[in-house]
Amino acid sequence: MRLALRLVATLGVLLAIYGLQFGLEHGLNDYVQRIVLLAGINIILAVGLNLINGTTGQFSIGHAGFMAVGAYSAAYVGVRIAGPLHGVLGQGVLANAVIFNAALLVGALFAGISGLVVGMPSLRLRGDYLAVVTLGFGEIIRILFNNATFLGAATGYFGDDPSGLPAYTNFFWVYAWVAVIVVLIHNLTFSQTGRSLIAIREDEIAAEAMATPTTRLKVTAFAISAATAGIAGGLFAHMQAGVRPEDFRFEKSIDMVVMIIVGGLGSISGAIFGGIFLAVSLELMRDLQQYRLVLYALLLIVIMIVRPQGLLGTRELHHVLRRRAKPARPSGDA
Amino acid sequence: MTLLELLKVEKTFGGLRAVHDVSFAVEKGAIFGLIGPNGAGKTTLFNLITGVYQPDRGAIMFAGKDIAGSRPATIAALGVARTFQNIRIFRAMTVEENVMVAGHHLHTASIVDAMLRSRRYENDERALSKRAGELLQILGLADLARETAGSLPYGSQRRLEIARALMLSPQLLLLDEPAAGMNSQEARTLNEQIRFLRDQLGLTVVLVEHNMAVVMSVCDTIHVVDHGETIAEGTAAEVKVHPKVLAAYLGEEPKQAEI
Repeated sequence: MRLALRLVATLGVLLAIYGLQFGLEHGLNDYVQRIVLLAGINIILAVGLNLINGTTGQFSIGHAGFMAVGAYSAAYVGVRIAGPLHGVLGQGVLANAVIFNAALLVGALFAGISGLVVGMPSLRLRGDYLAVVTLGFGEIIRILFNNATFLGAATGYFGDDPSGLPAYTNFFWVYAWVAVIVVLIHNLTFSQTGRSLIAIREDEIAAEAMATPTTRLKVTAFAISAATAGIAGGLFAHMQAGVRPEDFRFEKSIDMVVMIIVGGLGSISGAIFGGIFLAVSLELMRDLQQYRLVLYALLLIVIMIVRPQGLLGTRELHHVLRRRAKPARPSGDA
Repeated sequence: MTLLELLKVEKTFGGLRAVHDVSFAVEKGAIFGLIGPNGAGKTTLFNLITGVYQPDRGAIMFAGKDIAGSRPATIAALGVARTFQNIRIFRAMTVEENVMVAGHHLHTASIVDAMLRSRRYENDERALSKRAGELLQILGLADLARETAGSLPYGSQRRLEIARALMLSPQLLLLDEPAAGMNSQEARTLNEQIRFLRDQLGLTVVLVEHNMAVVMSVCDTIHVVDHGETIAEGTAAEVKVHPKVLAAYLGEEPKQAEI
């Protein structure tokens, strides 16, 4: 009964996304469609980063590195498994869907593993120190790709086909993954694990004294966060003809941090808003490309002055709407 | 039966000898008071017992096992719960959530269970919430379960810390100045609550406290430290008239001083 209900709900959501895709592809031009896809990818990045930066309070500014790991491994694996799988499943939509999602999952796995490798030594540090170390690891990862000849080195990886990577990424897959990741991260945040992560943010000494395995939880959250960035990377890679190291520079990590700060650190709905906000505002600022970082800095300063907790603070949208009178964060049971 | 025993414990911070050659034993089911003037090393002793600090020398036996040098989370999981002198509640969380955080032993669901909202997850949540409700009831905080913890008055925050510590289902409860900032009415209620914990929940309690009315009325045994060293141990009546204790508190030869 329960399972049946959940299946129906899942199918309903997927159908709705599919319906939206149909409308979108007919109603909007390519340019706008691309922005909508980027917004979806941003949402995944922001919701994932928020788990570690917002909920757990451990500041990472190197997540572009994990996005790169996801992008490269998804692209590479996608190309490698395409041949054999097309042989088994034919050339249809089904074969593409299987290849694409398998590639994305492999990307998430590799990104998650690199999250573990980076997180285990770094998460002993706190605050600015942790931020600097994650920044360093992010750059190391990018430079590794910049020198990996089998992945095209500085030119980037474009697959075996002269037309580049197959363009698997479309509205349906981006937003299906958005839905999956938002639901999973939401459920995680409002659970005993999530409470423990928030406890670590609030007071790590007290969390330790309450038998919370703080190091293990921090590393786990970091790995999950890295894995979601990996999914976003895989979707991003298959949106354009290839993946290039310069797509994952330091600025990309800053973009992600801006998204969650604008929306409110610690709020999933805030991260969703921030992801959309950044995709749209980036396009609006396209003419001022080289002044972008200046504008970000200004934006951050203004937010810190006007609303230091971001749009939503640590609250979720449905909590704000449900209990307008009370600013308390109720225990979620959604 | 001895539940907690310190054997010649020593801790220095740079040139400061915070704890020197302190030994004491706490019987199971006792309410054990640890008193001394400011800076005597009481909180340092708590931090040594709970693993925040590691002793330079000596052993700390809990239930027959040397826990000196173990991590705080490990010691807490063994059954040593504590509160803090400077309240350390999770301010942004609700009162109920604060308590639920400490319920690891009631929690069997994995991260995947939580993400997929499995039955095991839901059973866990129910069990955690039920137990948290019972403990909040004991500490008189049941009505405040949904409030943000940071918004509670001081005395309630202290009681919330006790409720959260109890969620660990500990054998030993270390209370660091639980009556600080409480008025005499609240302190009397606290007395009853501490007795209740021992009599009804079978807990052993070690108490650091400056409120002598609380210490003298509730503790079976009182251990007095000054400058990191033991100066006396005994019942309330014995300690009250011990010359070294009076000297430590009053700094002179006593006549009929009341402490």
